[in-house]
Amino acid sequence: MLALFIRDIRLGIRAGGGALVGVLFFLAVVAVVPFGVGPDLNLLARIGPAMLWIGALLAGLLGLDRLFQADREDGSLDLLILGDTRHMLALTVFVKCLAHWTASILPLVVASPLLGLFMNMEPVAIFATSATLLAGTPAIAFIGAVGAAVAVALPRGGLLVSVLVLPLVIPVLIFGVSAAYGAANDPQPFLPPFLILCALTLFFAVIGPFAAALALKSASD
Amino acid sequence: MRLIAEALCGERGGEPVFGPVDFALGQSEALVVTGENGSGKSTLLRVVAGLLPSASGAVRLEGAEDEQVASAAHYLGHQNAMKTALSVNENLDFWRDFHGEPFLTNEEALDEVGLADLGHLPFGYLSTGQRRRVSIAKLLVSYRPVWLLDEPTAGLDARSERRFAALMAAHLEDGGIIVAATHIPLGIEGATSLVMGDR
Repeated sequence: MLALFIRDIRLGIRAGGGALVGVLFFLAVVAVVPFGVGPDLNLLARIGPAMLWIGALLAGLLGLDRLFQADREDGSLDLLILGDTRHMLALTVFVKCLAHWTASILPLVVASPLLGLFMNMEPVAIFATSATLLAGTPAIAFIGAVGAAVAVALPRGGLLVSVLVLPLVIPVLIFGVSAAYGAANDPQPFLPPFLILCALTLFFAVIGPFAAALALKSASD
Repeated sequence: MRLIAEALCGERGGEPVFGPVDFALGQSEALVVTGENGSGKSTLLRVVAGLLPSASGAVRLEGAEDEQVASAAHYLGHQNAMKTALSVNENLDFWRDFHGEPFLTNEEALDEVGLADLGHLPFGYLSTGQRRRVSIAKLLVSYRPVWLLDEPTAGLDARSERRFAALMAAHLEDGGIIVAATHIPLGIEGATSLVMGDR
């Protein structure tokens, strides 16, 4: 399983893997916002956490459709499915999600404090946003795996995956942003939405791989 | 260990493709599946491997720890299941680790297919025939008694075909089982033949 994790990270980082594309997209989305809404620093600071979250969410969805498709095209997916008797397929999916998160989404979390400065956010808000991204973005990968598995046989499934996945990641977005707001604005609480966010990630870490494994098994032809 | 198929029928998208097929293979026995294009050779192999559900009938592996064929079989499909961005060694290392039961080292396995010095190259740099040979080396890096081969010699030159025939003979000698779908003679001696689409 460690070998699978290392292989997927290598594939993500090496040429054509697309891990950097996500960071660049994230950078582009967030860097454009101040130009769009104008030089109102208070407004920027207020919408900062939401913009970082939306940027990270869209960037996270970017490479998801390739999660299983690349393996299907070169025949690896058949062998991964056949490996079900040795390593449970859901566990294989879980490891692939973790590798995808580490290679493609973790760089977004790392880049988010820098982009928080662009948005004139206070240090505590920057820190809270990064913390919520760290806790919440794995859920995007786990939910996305289900969409990627359902659309694995479609040659142009990229947009379909995003549309399938988007309604399910809305709760993650809501609780992520409200926790980040709560940290910066005093009367609003930080801990309850943050804990719900963690719970969402844990919940989808279990449900997502199982659902994706079922979809992959029935999609093999 | 015996690989047994009883009244096995396969279908694709609700259309019957082949069957019913019966065979029983003991250790050191090979089955060569031939037939026209579209007669169901690949479907038969995928049903035997467990990648497709059978329309009716059953396949089982008697006398093994696990009756499922997948746990004791290597499946070599049309595609090579290798990543072009990784080196040959990295690809083989991954599959050895994933499949378990390590058998030959990368150098030994690549030597068997005549690619001894190419382990460090990215898989994407290799030619079609070389890619196929690396894929065959994948069968050797971890041990499985049953080999399910779908057009294994596609893209191989005559010399590599002979080398591969020798590898299959060695595998059978060790008590292995081979089911191969092909329309090119593979040079397996004493193999049972199954002609698909002959109704």
